[in-house]
Amino acid sequence: MVSTAVPAGGLIEGSAVLKSHLRRAERTRKLRAVGLVLPLFLFIMVSFIIPIGVMLFQSIYDPDIRTLMPNTAAALDTWDGADLPDETVFAALVQDLAAAQKEKKAALIGRRLNYEMSGLRSELVKSGKAAMTMTAGPYKDQMIAVAPIWGDRATWAVIKRAARTYTPYYYLSSFDFEYTADNDVVAVPEGQAVYKAVFVRTLGISLLVTALTLVLGFPVAYLLATQPPRIANLLLILVLLPFWTSLLVRTTAWVVLLQTQGPINDLLMLTGLVDERVQLIFTRFGTIAAMTHIQLPFTLLPIYSVMKTISPSHMRAARSLGANSFYAFARVYFPQTLPGVAAGCLLTFILCLGYYITPALVGGPTDQLISTYIALFTNSTVNWGMGSALGTILLASTLVLYFVYNRLVGIDRMRLT
Amino acid sequence: MKDFSNRMRVGCLAGVAALALSSALPAAAEDSITVVSWGGAYSESQRKAYHEPYMAETGIKIIEAEYTGDIAQMRAMVESGNVTWDVIDVDAATALAGCDQGFLEEIDYAKVGQPRDKFVVGGALDCGVATIVYATVFGYDNANVGNLWGGNAPTTIADFYDLEKFPGKRGLYKKPFVNLEWALIVDGVAKEDVYNVLRTPEGLDRAFAKLDTIKSQVAWWEAGAQAAELLATGEVVMTQAWNGRLYKPIKDEGKDWTIVWDHQGVDFDFWAIMKNTPKLDLAYQFVAYASAPENMARQSNFISYGPSHADAIPHIPEDVLKDLPTFPGNMGTAFTVDASFWADNSEALQERFNAWLAQ
Repeated sequence: MVSTAVPAGGLIEGSAVLKSHLRRAERTRKLRAVGLVLPLFLFIMVSFIIPIGVMLFQSIYDPDIRTLMPNTAAALDTWDGADLPDETVFAALVQDLAAAQKEKKAALIGRRLNYEMSGLRSELVKSGKAAMTMTAGPYKDQMIAVAPIWGDRATWAVIKRAARTYTPYYYLSSFDFEYTADNDVVAVPEGQAVYKAVFVRTLGISLLVTALTLVLGFPVAYLLATQPPRIANLLLILVLLPFWTSLLVRTTAWVVLLQTQGPINDLLMLTGLVDERVQLIFTRFGTIAAMTHIQLPFTLLPIYSVMKTISPSHMRAARSLGANSFYAFARVYFPQTLPGVAAGCLLTFILCLGYYITPALVGGPTDQLISTYIALFTNSTVNWGMGSALGTILLASTLVLYFVYNRLVGIDRMRLT
Repeated sequence: MKDFSNRMRVGCLAGVAALALSSALPAAAEDSITVVSWGGAYSESQRKAYHEPYMAETGIKIIEAEYTGDIAQMRAMVESGNVTWDVIDVDAATALAGCDQGFLEEIDYAKVGQPRDKFVVGGALDCGVATIVYATVFGYDNANVGNLWGGNAPTTIADFYDLEKFPGKRGLYKKPFVNLEWALIVDGVAKEDVYNVLRTPEGLDRAFAKLDTIKSQVAWWEAGAQAAELLATGEVVMTQAWNGRLYKPIKDEGKDWTIVWDHQGVDFDFWAIMKNTPKLDLAYQFVAYASAPENMARQSNFISYGPSHADAIPHIPEDVLKDLPTFPGNMGTAFTVDASFWADNSEALQERFNAWLAQ
């Protein structure tokens, strides 16, 4: 110990100087670290965290009716829903519709109300035009004469519900529930329910594809890890080549292979295995085959890289201690590959949940996953509340599954290399 | 010193020149408009019929863009105040929705230079000028007649629904449009009453029940080009399609197919002008050019869609005319797709249709 030679006072003084030096050095180091991380942090904030936050918010935030029909919304706050609203509400309605029509917003009101009650759009535009010409009350009978929907209690119940700024409506719809005219929440009739079944299907197909990639990928990974480098490298290229090819190209290749007049069917006919061409494309089988093929490298590569690190001497030691080859594999080798298996399976499973283009091209109508519906609501019907709600449920269920998985496997045990 | 002032003068001149140039640039940019359409063979026909001659005549540059008919982008553009599209080719539902929701300009027919009553019925909308008439028809591969159907050939949409007489997979558009109408017509509803029946819950149930009868034998297509592809690869024996999509392979690739003109759903595409476009006058100039009958008549040479302007028909040669949806011989049982019905109900019916598909 050098410091023992320094006098006590000098030691304290010296250590104080040293401490401040150290602190300064520490501070610059920290600043530099923050400086280096900051761009990535900001990028993730802007491109990931904020959009997801907005999406979560969109799924419950529903201000259209409150802002487009402020007077009606306020007047309806005291309406008990038992009977048709009174004249003050109708007066507010006429005032709101006339104002909305002037700014060409009446159709926007109709669009929102249309979600819950089909056919309201044109009635709203018609009513808006009529409201602009109305000069004196009583408005109730005039409005009902213009459009009979105003004499229907259900219309008013829809408006009152839609006038809430924050609404559970989109989530209820996402789980196949709807409101009745009396504001009760009921399941939508059989035959019109969609999303629950689609969520279950999305999870089921993802699980099945994950299991298939594991069953197919594990032996290949073992082969890659145990062959001499010359052969292993060649095999690895065969695995990586499709991995580097665009998803769309591989999906289209599957379309060509699977079609009724395609090579697989030709081969089956040629070998006499079938008498009639089989339907392969637009089926669940086709979807799963294509998805399994595309996901295979994602499961295989983490397993392979973990297997590479397992020393062959472990197996030799087990055998020399009297284990037969199966026992040695099952008790010594396989447990060591688990971190790679866990990582590969998680990767594939989460990627499968978001599949869109492959089921769309290779699958039939009953093979579409939830992202198809999210895209439909976002792009084509422009019902962003519904799209956000479905997206949020997908995100939440993925996180829940991830935590369950973490509990079972342990994320710290997972290894990609 | 003199040298310096000379150099300065040169510098100043260069600066002024640069300034003049830079201020001239936006002026040059104003002499271009962005015309948005659906891509593929359809955009190509517009390019040959309108864009190229228009550019040659006026010197104004047309920038082409493609979209898939989603209205989200249009709305976002107008709401954000950053309108970069000028003229856009829309379907009827979008033309109506765009008018109601204020993201399309209301058309001043005086500036288009054509009276409204010269257009086909339902073709002169407040926010859209009809440009072409197309039809949803069905077609089949002639090879099936001998091989599969014992010499019988389908001639009506009832045959399309007849799985016993005409076995094999059928291609249908994966949307409720025209499908619900056909289902009811095949089920015995007169074409005039179709939309009234569809407005009732019982009518809808009836349409879906009829669709149920062929559901197991349907391959669904989503993009227009897919329909012809399904028929070409033998994936289906007959398919619903927009007539131009079937006509092109027959004409250009020599496919031995037949188009059945029975109860075809007639629909239009429209020119519309984006609200708040900075190039409103140029946009009108282009729409006026493309709506002039002699110009409009050119498009039918490149794609088998009919002109929407009555005076354009005499400009079209007879052999082109007979394959158009507007040809009187093809129009016997046709019905016009009710844009306002679909604007009202498309969301709810698409949702129900999706639920039905997913079962």
